[in-house]
Amino acid sequence: MNAAGRETASILVAIAAAVVAAGGGRPAMAVDPAVLAAEARRVETIRQATATAVAIFAGTEGGGSGVLISADGYALTNFHVVQPAGVAMTCGLADGRLYDAVLVGIDPTGDVALVKLLGRDDFPFATLADSDAVEVGDWCFAAGNPFLLATDLVPSISAGIVSGTHRYQFPAGTILEYTDCIQTDAAINPGNSGGGLFDAAGRLIGVNGRASFEKRGRVNVGAGYAISANQARNFLGCLKGGLLVDHATLGATVATAVDGRVVVSDILETSDAWRRGLRYDDEIVSLAGRPVRTVNAFKNVLGTLPAGWQVPLVYRREGRGEELLVRLAGVHTPAELARIVAGGVDGSEAEPAPPPDGEPDRKPGPPRQPAPPLPDAVQGLHEARAGFANYHFNRLERDRVARALAAAGGAGKGAEWVLSGTLAAGGEFRIELSDSAATIDLPTGTSTLDASGELDASPEPPGSGGLLAALSLWRRLAGEGPAAVGRTIYRGTAPRDPRAIDPSGGDLIDVLETAVAGVEARFTVDAKGAVVSIDLWTAPDQDPCEVRFTGRRDDEPTMPTTMTVHRGPEPFGTFLIDRVERAGAGR
Amino acid sequence: MIRAIAACLIALVTCRAGAAADEPTPQALIAGAARKVVKLYGAGGLRGLEAHQSGILVSSDGRILTVASTVLDSEQLDCVLDDGRRYEARLVGIDPRRELAVLQIEAEDLPCFVLEEAPEAVPPGTRVVALSNMFGVAVGDERVTAQRGVVAAVVPLAARRGAAEAPFRGAVYVLDCTTNNPGSPGGALVDARGRLLGMLGKELRSTAAGIWLNYALPGSELAAGTAAILAGEVSGKPTAEFKPFDPRLLGAILVPDLLDRTPPFVETVAPDSAAARGGLVADDLVIAVGGRTVTTRADVEQALGGLAEGDPVKLTVIRRGALVELNLGPRPGGGRP
Repeated sequence: MNAAGRETASILVAIAAAVVAAGGGRPAMAVDPAVLAAEARRVETIRQATATAVAIFAGTEGGGSGVLISADGYALTNFHVVQPAGVAMTCGLADGRLYDAVLVGIDPTGDVALVKLLGRDDFPFATLADSDAVEVGDWCFAAGNPFLLATDLVPSISAGIVSGTHRYQFPAGTILEYTDCIQTDAAINPGNSGGGLFDAAGRLIGVNGRASFEKRGRVNVGAGYAISANQARNFLGCLKGGLLVDHATLGATVATAVDGRVVVSDILETSDAWRRGLRYDDEIVSLAGRPVRTVNAFKNVLGTLPAGWQVPLVYRREGRGEELLVRLAGVHTPAELARIVAGGVDGSEAEPAPPPDGEPDRKPGPPRQPAPPLPDAVQGLHEARAGFANYHFNRLERDRVARALAAAGGAGKGAEWVLSGTLAAGGEFRIELSDSAATIDLPTGTSTLDASGELDASPEPPGSGGLLAALSLWRRLAGEGPAAVGRTIYRGTAPRDPRAIDPSGGDLIDVLETAVAGVEARFTVDAKGAVVSIDLWTAPDQDPCEVRFTGRRDDEPTMPTTMTVHRGPEPFGTFLIDRVERAGAGR
Repeated sequence: MIRAIAACLIALVTCRAGAAADEPTPQALIAGAARKVVKLYGAGGLRGLEAHQSGILVSSDGRILTVASTVLDSEQLDCVLDDGRRYEARLVGIDPRRELAVLQIEAEDLPCFVLEEAPEAVPPGTRVVALSNMFGVAVGDERVTAQRGVVAAVVPLAARRGAAEAPFRGAVYVLDCTTNNPGSPGGALVDARGRLLGMLGKELRSTAAGIWLNYALPGSELAAGTAAILAGEVSGKPTAEFKPFDPRLLGAILVPDLLDRTPPFVETVAPDSAAARGGLVADDLVIAVGGRTVTTRADVEQALGGLAEGDPVKLTVIRRGALVELNLGPRPGGGRP
């Protein structure tokens, strides 16, 4: 309520009080209607959030909390909550009902997991807020299942303020690093793990998962930490894709110099950052569009980014600033991640709010026993595969992207594509793509690739790093779908334009990865089924051929007007596409 | 009648408008007040003693008020401002009774609290915000932690640290939020207008109940203590001596203290005593009390004295070459050797 409104309300109270006083009786407690209205709003906000709170039961191993984020039952929680439960679990909602749920994806490093509650398509759900807009002092509240009190499945609410933002919490044990998290004085106790932290409007700003405990045992002492909604959103695509998600590394470590600058203290020569030109002692100015003034700030930004993303990095050397686009690598090998997930997490000093079983929660232990047979409700919703928490959901997401590609009308299987136009640097080009061959006419000459054979045989045209192979796969993906392009998996989401990352996730689009005919490729596909970018590697640890499509044609809305091609930092060419002809068998 | 109503209206509206004009939003209040709180790093890091605490700027030229603690027992005392600037701090003086310390950094034009403007005393029910670097979560230019709460009571402090009674007995603000955390001491307690009300005190337990106290030393004591320190009227260190405790009260008779450094061997254990029930036997060599290493008889008596009445007595002994952990139950009261 604005100030004017508040004053009006006061006047009303004053009149009421005066009238009662004039009447000679003692007034009953006169409460400012503005206060009552604010209270009613708060009650309603909490009521709505309560409906989205999930009580997760992990059998005899305890349990925790979760929060629903979609009507079809996707719920965020902590990795350390679902870890003891395995693939299937039972969840309760405030409506008093129990629901079967299946594990979808896990991010062990970020301590996040996604589960899907089954049996309804109209679950109440919370909306993810832009957590970078959260300010210290904002009112907030947590909904969850502390001490597993909710035997009636109705969550406990604890209120407080945002005590700190962009907090960095060292990994507990070997993993479970809390980066860029939100600190609150709302009580976060064992069992609150995985539950939502909401703002005053009831939007989800974070997932509670950790608290500082000291000398009083494992109970709240005024410092709880929530994984930010923005971080969760960046990883949400990966989680929905059933992945065993990895966090990112720059391939370089940073340290604080004597003068307080954050400088590169070590760097791998196999890293993309090295190939882009980053060197020892370069000062890191910003990463992914966020300023880096401390080592913590660097770790905070990095911790919110999935492996595989390309992000802008600004560094300074001898007073001169330079901006790069760097590709982030995974922190762990797939085998390491699998071991972490299977073997429990080391961390005797761990502070995540644990299931309240009276034991320090995360003892390194033997791998879980072989999973018991799946409950009927979960049958057909789980598929084990190395590198995935649940491959079934990867198939679902890949098929969703396939439908978008098909709806975009790729002219069908077997169609021949001809793209022609002018190069920004001058001269004309013509590209012909078919099942058997890919040909490009450039002012510098003509190159041809046998599209039916090994695509890494010759990265044609020379200097492009494999443009013809990339375009061949583009045609195959658009015309026949992901299943036709080798081993293709869904790899979550990434920003449409890495140079303009929206921290609130406004422009995340789908990513597909494929390995076929000797090459590896990564595609981004927007919601309309248009392919936005292709990165193609003919060999690992080398610069890929990077193809970026921009503009939207009037005649073919999912085809671009411009194609820019890079190999590493070197521009290969900007293609202004005048004509697109797609014709043949499938149309 | 009409006039009365009009007067009432005017009074209320004015009062409302006044409050609204004076009180910043909580976000702005915290952002402003947090600039006047510093992170301090000094000695410690052992035996559960923290190497960091908080402090408040009380002059624009770098005077800092904090609690007198072992953190200050350091050759190098680092002070990090809200904006991340780092300074070496010099200890100006200590008020041992109030357990206050004044530090100085060489800086100008700093945001600061004005001690003289601190309200005399605010009543229970006053809304407050506590700002401190609890758990050391903020480093560099990261903002200290903000907690919201209410003054629950204004009562004389009756508290102890271990078995040592806190020297200050004056009135303090008892808070309903958990400020009694590592790193919190020296933090600021501010009111809804951002005025300094007090300073978060050291980690202490109630003498009466044994519970950890969340409290702040009121502004008037801060002003008086600072003045006394600057005038050179007080000096010295807070005394945190423990009254030694005689292990015979637990039923453990150690070998006679004949040497300078008599090793704490158990000579005999009284039957039916706490020591006997806890499993202590003759010839055990006590090497730790409550996790604190002991090497002499005197150490054992000091370490036991450091426990509060009712605290569990946990001993680590060597018995025939092996380490054995024992719990002798709650420590009884009294007991000089």
